[in-house]
Amino acid sequence: MSGGTVKAVLFGLGASVLPILAYAQDMKPSDDEKLWSMADRYWGEEAMADAREDVLSGNGDFKTYMVMFDRLEWQDTGGDGTLLWDFQGWYGGDIDKLFIKSEGEVSLEEDEIEDAEIQALWSRAVSPFWDVQAGVRYDLEPKGRTHAVVGIQGLAPYWFEVDTAAFLSTDGDLSARIEAEYELRFSQRLVLQPRIEANLSAQDIPELGIGSGLTGIEPGVRLQYEIRRTFAPYVGVEWQKQFGDTAAFTRAAGEDPDKIVGVIGLRTWF
Amino acid sequence: MTFDRRRFLQTSLGSAAALGAGGLFPAWARPASMGNLGLPALTGTDFDLTVSKFPLRIDGRDTMATGINGTVPAPLIRFREDTPIRLNVRNDLDVDTSIHWHGLLVPFHMDGVPGVSFPGIKPRSTFTYEFSTPQNGTYWYHSHSGLQEQVGHYGPLIIDPKGTDPVAYDREYVLVLGDWTYMNPHHLFAKLKKNAESLNFNQPTVSNPKGLTGMWGSMRMSPNDLADVTGETYTYVINGHSTADNFNMVFKPGERVRLRIINAAAMTLFNVRMPGLPMTVVQADGLNVRPIETDEFQMGVAETYDVIVQPTEDKPFAFVAESIDRSGQVVATLGPRPGMRAPEPRLRPVPVLTMTDMGMDHSAMSGMDHGNDAGSDIDHAAMGHGDMNRGNTGQAGMDHGTMSHGPDPFGPSVQLPRVEANLEQGPGVVNVAAMPMSRLDEPGIGLEDVPHRTLTYADLRSLEPNPDTRMPAREVIVHMTSNMERYMWSFDGVKFSEITKPITFMEGERVRLTLVNNTMMPHPIHLHGMFFDLVNGGGDHMPRKHTVVVKPGEKLSTDISAEHVGDWAFHCHLIYHMHAGMMQVVTVKPNPLIENSDRIDAAMARPDAETAP
Repeated sequence: MSGGTVKAVLFGLGASVLPILAYAQDMKPSDDEKLWSMADRYWGEEAMADAREDVLSGNGDFKTYMVMFDRLEWQDTGGDGTLLWDFQGWYGGDIDKLFIKSEGEVSLEEDEIEDAEIQALWSRAVSPFWDVQAGVRYDLEPKGRTHAVVGIQGLAPYWFEVDTAAFLSTDGDLSARIEAEYELRFSQRLVLQPRIEANLSAQDIPELGIGSGLTGIEPGVRLQYEIRRTFAPYVGVEWQKQFGDTAAFTRAAGEDPDKIVGVIGLRTWF
Repeated sequence: MTFDRRRFLQTSLGSAAALGAGGLFPAWARPASMGNLGLPALTGTDFDLTVSKFPLRIDGRDTMATGINGTVPAPLIRFREDTPIRLNVRNDLDVDTSIHWHGLLVPFHMDGVPGVSFPGIKPRSTFTYEFSTPQNGTYWYHSHSGLQEQVGHYGPLIIDPKGTDPVAYDREYVLVLGDWTYMNPHHLFAKLKKNAESLNFNQPTVSNPKGLTGMWGSMRMSPNDLADVTGETYTYVINGHSTADNFNMVFKPGERVRLRIINAAAMTLFNVRMPGLPMTVVQADGLNVRPIETDEFQMGVAETYDVIVQPTEDKPFAFVAESIDRSGQVVATLGPRPGMRAPEPRLRPVPVLTMTDMGMDHSAMSGMDHGNDAGSDIDHAAMGHGDMNRGNTGQAGMDHGTMSHGPDPFGPSVQLPRVEANLEQGPGVVNVAAMPMSRLDEPGIGLEDVPHRTLTYADLRSLEPNPDTRMPAREVIVHMTSNMERYMWSFDGVKFSEITKPITFMEGERVRLTLVNNTMMPHPIHLHGMFFDLVNGGGDHMPRKHTVVVKPGEKLSTDISAEHVGDWAFHCHLIYHMHAGMMQVVTVKPNPLIENSDRIDAAMARPDAETAP
């Protein structure tokens, strides 16, 4: 795929998202009138006002949080291997949430962080199964770049979990990431999770070793055993494949742009 | 008969004394092995109730309850119809509490819903409820604050009739069904918000893939969503006793035993049966019905059924309450001697939802497809109510043309003016039933194919003629809506926290309330302060209910006499559905044309309320 095509796709994505965001800004008109008030004359207006507010907010306006390590795993990348985390956490209600996402890799062989990023996103439910997300991403490693993020996360027909995002860095570089997961249950506790991640870039970024176009894909399967629904160790295998100039950059750095690695890890949430 | 009851009462009291405190159960909730040989008829007009937190043991495990007078269930409150009573409720909690008298026709400011009918009962304070009830029968009471009901704040209530009871019996028991969790209910709710399927251990698998593919998969709906909260966390109990704890009752062969069954669970619909013993249903939701014999029935949360059983054999019988999703059950024993234990039947195979539950079954409607034959030959047999006595007057000139628009075969002959909200189509609404239909003649999910008799709503007939047989002048339609994936539940797509107006009735009006279930789950819908006259073909003997289960994909109608001015809560009685927003308020506005109505409220209103500090 050429850089131009990618740009067009990303621009299209952005254009389709903007009207939705504009819609999201629509505020509900505030309503100071009492919805009902007949008990006021028995128990007093003030006492009922507080209780009325409580019964309304107590039945529908609920906020909570979630913390999830979708992948917390060791990858057999040679030598001591690599540790990887893939984290999502959120706080909020049914419609609006604050999301924190973080991914990163630590090379145990070289004892250093290879990649690490953190995102803070406002997530808004726009349809039964889809959230639109917007915010910032900060790269802790390498180099401390900052990106604007626009993405879509949700559940596609036939139960595919999808997480996509486009990133525009402060240097003007445009890139995108698409992740999809599926849970295939063999039993109520044994789950096979196929997963694929694809990364795209609109331009060459030589200092990051990234070429334009489809830079790489990482299809994999993980076999989880849910000791609890919230605690599932797994083993799996993942193909880490790079393409085009990205692969060339990697080869030039003396690394392998096409490898299959075993993984062992934990999926947990609370 | 009288002699026997008195004697058993004495025995009961004697044994209870011998056993000391008798554990953390009120006398009526103790098994026969602890001296409960029948229900002590404790009547009164003054009751002192204290709400507090206390430890107790359920299924051999220590746990903490929030309840009344230190027991779960709470004490049996028993008084007489039309007698003024006082109930002093002291709150020893650190948070507000309340008691709602479920199904009782009390003045609305005594109805006990914080924020709707009163401010709630503050910590360390006492609130006195005062009322008399124009009804009798089996009812119950529970907290309407937070999630207290889930952790033990519920109890039974019996109102004895002024005159003679049309139901004859030699002995009676109260069976309060419950679903106990050792989890904090707020954590449980949060868990459902994070992952609504996490307590479902009956999800589609490779070997049972329905739900992964086809229409189900494309709509991201699961035919295995029978219950949100399951036996994974719940221990099902009868009067606080698990199967292991064995709530056992005694009978003498040949006696007529009345079982007053109350579903006080937070989230669980139960299938109730007594293998080998037919049950004659004599009362539903506190009001007598024409006796009807059956072998099993499904009970929505908050419904009550009184049944008469007459065992003649000298052996123990099991009373089985099985969770609708068959993830668990609880068994009690009715035996000829105290302490007996009936064999526990195995859990039956788990049922699977169908397209009908999605509100999309075309095949079942085949006999009704007559949009272009506004004529004659509707196959009533195919519609499943061919043998029903359609006693409603004015049905003769039924307009088949209107029938094709709605599956309400018992509706009035003329189209009523309708009030129907534009269904909010947002993130909270996954599905709108394309073809909701009447399912009154079905016994409930999972009971379609059992090899014995089952009870359906279509079978119920009030024993007394209905007090109000006027044809409703207008129809209010309310949709039940949800998004299981986000664990959002609402009426008309709007959560209670976001409503812009309540539902309005006018004092004195007869109104038809039609409920359409667009979700995949049955919802026990409860309206405070008024009875639903269930439009089931019963003519002037429609069953009158305080709680009506609306099946998935179902559209059913109830007629209501809006007699009591006030603001009344209206909600799904599955507690986490209500907590998620499936609630509304029905305001019955005073009718200026009704001058000297018996508006109890007016006389009791505090004149200084407006100026009170």
